[in-house]
Amino acid sequence: MSAAAPAGAQPPRASANVCQAASCLAMGSAQVCRALEAEVAAAGLDDVAVRRVGCLGLCAAGPLVEVPEQGRIFERVLPGDPSSREGLLASLKGEARGGRPVASDPFFSRQVKVVLERCGTVDPENIDDYLATGGYEALAKVAGSMSPDEVTSEVVKSGLRGRGGAGYPTGLKWRTVAKEAGAAGKFVVCNADEGDPGAFMDRSVMESSPHQVLEGMAIAGYAVGANRGYVYVRAEYPLAAERLALAIRQAERRGYLGARVAGTRFSFHVELRMGAGAYVCGEETALIASIQGERGTPRPRPPYPAASGLWGCPTLINNVETFANVPSIIVRGGEWFASIGTERSKGTKVFSLAGAVKNTGVVEVPMGLTLREIVFDIGGGLAPGRRFKAVQTGGPAGGCLPEELLDMPVDYESLTQAGSMMGSGGMIVMDDTTCMVDVAKFFMDFCRQESCGKCVPCRVGTHEMWRLLDRMTRGVASRWDLEQLESLAGMVRAMSLCGLGQGAPSPVFSTLRYFRDEYVAHIDEHVCPAGSCHMGTAEPAAAGVSPA
Amino acid sequence: MRELGYRPDALIEVLHTAQEAFGYLDAQALAYVGDRLGVPQSKAYGVATFYSYFTLEPEASHSCVVCTGTACYLDGAGALVSAVAGLLAARGQEAAPDRWLSLEEVRCLGPCSMAPVAVVDHEVHGKLTPPGLVSVVESL
Repeated sequence: MSAAAPAGAQPPRASANVCQAASCLAMGSAQVCRALEAEVAAAGLDDVAVRRVGCLGLCAAGPLVEVPEQGRIFERVLPGDPSSREGLLASLKGEARGGRPVASDPFFSRQVKVVLERCGTVDPENIDDYLATGGYEALAKVAGSMSPDEVTSEVVKSGLRGRGGAGYPTGLKWRTVAKEAGAAGKFVVCNADEGDPGAFMDRSVMESSPHQVLEGMAIAGYAVGANRGYVYVRAEYPLAAERLALAIRQAERRGYLGARVAGTRFSFHVELRMGAGAYVCGEETALIASIQGERGTPRPRPPYPAASGLWGCPTLINNVETFANVPSIIVRGGEWFASIGTERSKGTKVFSLAGAVKNTGVVEVPMGLTLREIVFDIGGGLAPGRRFKAVQTGGPAGGCLPEELLDMPVDYESLTQAGSMMGSGGMIVMDDTTCMVDVAKFFMDFCRQESCGKCVPCRVGTHEMWRLLDRMTRGVASRWDLEQLESLAGMVRAMSLCGLGQGAPSPVFSTLRYFRDEYVAHIDEHVCPAGSCHMGTAEPAAAGVSPA
Repeated sequence: MRELGYRPDALIEVLHTAQEAFGYLDAQALAYVGDRLGVPQSKAYGVATFYSYFTLEPEASHSCVVCTGTACYLDGAGALVSAVAGLLAARGQEAAPDRWLSLEEVRCLGPCSMAPVAVVDHEVHGKLTPPGLVSVVESL
């Protein structure tokens, strides 16, 4: 059980919050939980609760256990190693030693948590935990005492923009869907098809605070006049799907979803739909096709889903993080939200830090923090002896930003201007052992395999660009190949049907813009400056195994 | 299928269930599913082949799925794939009908902090080296 103290008993003097999100679970945190329960009982600490919570953020050092009363997080608490729990047990007994102090450690202290407010504090599988922290209060307020238009106005006032990548103003989108007649009904869809490789913030939110996402969806449903919602989760995230399914059942039983939401006349039913391993389904029109049980191929817009989406009905599509922001906006007001961030990018953004950085994990920062602050202060910089080379944001449609741009503020406009994009929030740090031509090839390989094949520029163009990049990494390319690459990249960007194809050339453009000398070295001198390409190999590398 | 109301749009959900039950989707399963949902067989086949999660081949006894997301790629996912492929080649297992192990690549499983990651028989292994993964696979 999560809470050791029965109802009505005194609250526990101390608690051990054990992270039960995917990374820590893979390191054995479920066993850690059981071992801790036994040890706490054996030590006679009956005023200590061992609780299962969501993501504590610092995934690099899992399994993680937090003792909130002491403000300490203990790292690498391993199931098979009782000595790794010594400091933790001492802390539970009241001694202040060991662990990382949350208040003074920049990884934790530089963050501002809105979306992740409950990640690592509530048990994701227990609705009572969510309710105890003010959960579903926003929905009850909305359905009980606000008009749909007031709700939308509050979201407009907040300045919230879509967190899935493009940054379209959320309030505006809601208003558009609300204005549609929708005689045959309307739908709310949560895009949880977090396909960008290296991005895992949405997974973390769904695994840690699933009710928050559902609450945001229900509020959106009320605002736009929809009574049905779908969460589309990618198949690679079974734990997130499982916790969402459980959360839906719990919320229905407690009357926060279903026929009479919070005792009002508003009804909102949510269904879970699983993806099946197609990156393109993160594109909204492909996602709609997939929910309808079809091949996930995009279609030209307009009509936009706001006018004609699921089964031709007006459909509101937002991503996980966007919905997770909504309950706080309702409770604390749009103005409060708008006071965080920069002039045009309001609020916070959740990033997943990965790659060659010390503190990999999930972080939430106010918009406008610089890349340097995120990578070096929060991320702790690179391992000793390694040199920063680039940070990749925005997934396969984003770009690689060099050292010169480290002092750039992170917001939608700055990133786009620099040739990358916000994307969903994956941030991957690369050091001097990484070859930027090979990185461009990696992303192109991704896009050519994930291209749905519907439109020619993307289907053929990504493949041809990959072949050119492959020639470069094998040291057999000429200057002519480079010219071809550049002109092809421009063509694919301009002519492709959907975001996958339009974005596919971005890694090529950004690496050419900031790391052109590496391309030149590969071509003119047949040398890979990072030393990672096998120059002079005849056979195409990595072409042997087909993707899963 | 009953649970989902025999709706044609439940095709992907039903295929998930069928694959979970039988391990893969053969022509018979696709025909049956299509028939009951009122979906043409061609469409059932089209959908099953579009999504990389569905497989039309019988499963091998064991599976090794190497994550090739960005973080894993940077930390040497390619070498992991080659190491296991090399092991399979050495055992002459590549095309045998009673396959011992299937080697697959997948686009980002999400635990990027543990890169490079592989899933061997549904168990996640992180921070792998090529010899490390080979020894995990060999112990199957």
